[in-house]
Amino acid sequence: MLFSENIKIALRALRANKMRSVLTILGIVIGVATVVALLSIGNGATASITESIQSGGSNLLSISPGRQQTSMPGMGQSQQASYLFYDDYDLLERTLTGVTSMVPVYQSSYTVKFGDESFTTSVSGVLEDHAQARSFTISDGRFVTDGDNKSQLRVAVLGSTVAKDLFGSVSPIGQMVAINGVKFEVVGLLESEGAAIGSPDDVIYIPLETGYNKLFGDTANHNGKKTVNSILISVTSSDDMENISAQAEYILRRSHELKPSEEIDFNVMSQADTLETLNTVTQTLTIFLGAIAAISLLVGGIGIMNIMLVSVTERTKEIGLRKAVGATKNQILTQFLIETVTLSLLGGLVGILLGVGIAVGFSVTGLINSLITIDSILMAFFFALAIGIFFGLYPAFRAASLHPMVALRYE
Amino acid sequence: MIHAEDLTKVYQMGDTEVRALDGASFTINKGEMIAIMGPSGSGKSTLMSIIGCLDVPSSGKYSLDGESVESLDETELAEVRGHKIGFVFQQFNLLARTSALDNVMLPLTYAGYSGKERENRARKALERVGLGDRTHHAPNELSGGQQQRVAIARAIVNEPNILLADEPTGALDSKTGVEIMDLFQRLHSENGQTVILVTHDAHVARHTDRIIKLSDGKIVSDEANPNPIKAGMARGDE
Repeated sequence: MLFSENIKIALRALRANKMRSVLTILGIVIGVATVVALLSIGNGATASITESIQSGGSNLLSISPGRQQTSMPGMGQSQQASYLFYDDYDLLERTLTGVTSMVPVYQSSYTVKFGDESFTTSVSGVLEDHAQARSFTISDGRFVTDGDNKSQLRVAVLGSTVAKDLFGSVSPIGQMVAINGVKFEVVGLLESEGAAIGSPDDVIYIPLETGYNKLFGDTANHNGKKTVNSILISVTSSDDMENISAQAEYILRRSHELKPSEEIDFNVMSQADTLETLNTVTQTLTIFLGAIAAISLLVGGIGIMNIMLVSVTERTKEIGLRKAVGATKNQILTQFLIETVTLSLLGGLVGILLGVGIAVGFSVTGLINSLITIDSILMAFFFALAIGIFFGLYPAFRAASLHPMVALRYE
Repeated sequence: MIHAEDLTKVYQMGDTEVRALDGASFTINKGEMIAIMGPSGSGKSTLMSIIGCLDVPSSGKYSLDGESVESLDETELAEVRGHKIGFVFQQFNLLARTSALDNVMLPLTYAGYSGKERENRARKALERVGLGDRTHHAPNELSGGQQQRVAIARAIVNEPNILLADEPTGALDSKTGVEIMDLFQRLHSENGQTVILVTHDAHVARHTDRIIKLSDGKIVSDEANPNPIKAGMARGDE
C-alpha cells in the first residue's frame, strides 16, 4: 500500500473528529509556540545586549571597586567595602601610556524636579572626555566641558528618557532643573542609545567637580579622599587591552597598598569580559525558559498519546475489519503512527506560526527586539515530530497487535 | 478446495481450558453453498475464524486451495484473507462517514491495486449487488439492507474463493433478510461463488445445499439439503 494512501486515511480519521483533533494538538501548539517565541526573544535580547555594549565605546576598559562584582552601565553598584579614589584616576592618568582617554565617574541617584514633574534618576559626575570614551552623540546643545569642571558650573546634560519625562515636547536647553534641590542649567541633550537591559538614557551628566562640591556631599568622601564609582579607559589599540589592563592592576595594587597575597579590591573589566558575562546569563536564561517550554511539549505529547489510546479502543472494530479484509500488522501500525505524527506536525506548524507571531508582536510593541532564527524553528519542528513518533508508537503498537477475531467481536 | 482434518482450538480461560473446537474434519468443494449451524457456544464462530484465516487451529490440518494454512504467520494470513476470503458480518462493519465506494475499495487498497483499477472494480461490485446508484452515500444514509449489500460488495470485490458470512441476516428484518439471502443465492448460482453461511437460524440454513451442524466443538451432522428454499421464489410469490 502506498504511503500517500496512509496519509489520506489518517487525515480522514482526524477530520472525522475535528473538535477532538484540535483539542489534542493544542498542547503541542502551545509547547512549540512557547519554544519558538522564547528562543526568538532570548536570541533578540542577546543580540541587542551585545549591540548596546559594543555601541558604548570601543576598546573600553572599566575599573570599578569591589572584589568580584562587575559594574554594568546604568545599573547600581552592589554594596562595597572597598573604594576607588579620584587619586587613583590621577595616578593612572599620569602613568599609563597607549591610552586615548581616561575618565572617572561618580554616580548616584537623586530626585530631579522641573515644574510639577519629579522623579528619581541616576546622576553621574563626569569629565569632558566622557562623551568620547562612551561614544555619545549630542543631539542638542553641548556636553560637559573642562571649563565647566574648573569653574564648578551647575550645568547638566540630559539623557533622552529624562528629557522626555521632565519636559515632554518642550526644548529643555536653557531650563533650570533641581537635582536634590540644587538648581542646574540644562546645556545639552544626548541621543537615545537604546538597550535591552538597564536604561542608559535615564541619566543626567554633570561636571564631576561641581558634583563633589555642590551635590554629592559626604557620600563621595572616604577618609577625606574623593571617591569614584568607576574609571573608564579608552585604549588606543585593541591589541593593548590585556597589557593595559595588567598595568592598571599593577599600579592600583601598589596605590592601594595590597600585599601580594591579598586579592585586589577592584575589578578591571573589558567589554569582552562584560559581554561574556552577560551572554552567559542570557544563554542560561534562554536554555532555562526553553526547558520549561519543552516540558509543555512533553505534556502535549502525553495528551496525544492519551487520545490515541482512546481512539484505538474506540476503533477496535474498525481495526478488526481492516485486518479481516487483508491489512497486515505493519499497515495498521503505520496508519496509526501516521495519524499521531500528522497531529503533532499540524500542532508543530500552527505552533511555529503562533510562536513567530508572538515574537513579532514583542518586536512591534517594542518590548524586546526578538530575533527569529531558522534554528529555533527547525528545532521546535523536529521536537514536535519526535514527540509524535515517540508517543504514537505505543498506541499504534496496541492497535496493530489486536487479534482480528477479538477486535471484530469487540463491543 | 477447503480441507479440514481434526481441527482443534483450545482457549485458556484463567485456570480452565476451553475446547472451542474438538476434532472437526470436513471438506468443502469449489462452488458449494453451505451452512455451518449450531447454537451459541457450539464453536461455530471459532470454526469460522479458522476457515477465514483470522486465527490458526491449536492442532489439526487446514488447507485452503491446496495451501496449508495452519503454519502461516500473521502477515501471511493477512495476505490470504485479502486475496481469497470475503467476509460479511452481522453488523455490516462498514467504516462510518465513508462512502459506499470507499468502503468497497478498502480490501483493494490493502491488496495493492492502483487507484483507477480500484474504483472500476468497486463500481462493478456495487452494481452486482444492485447499488450502482448509491456509490457516494455514507452508511448512515443507507437502509440496513443496503448497508449489508455494500458489505457484500466489499466481500466480493477482490473475487475471493470463499464468501464467508457470519449471521448476515441477523440484524435485518425478515423481508430484507430474504432479499439478502436471494443475493447470496444469485452470487452462488450465477458465478459459482463458494458461499459459507454461519448461523444459528435453521430457516436461514435451509437456503443452502448442505448443512453442517456443530455442538460442543464437534460436528454432529453433515448432510446435503436437496431442496433448498429459494429466496427469489418467495419474493416472486408476493
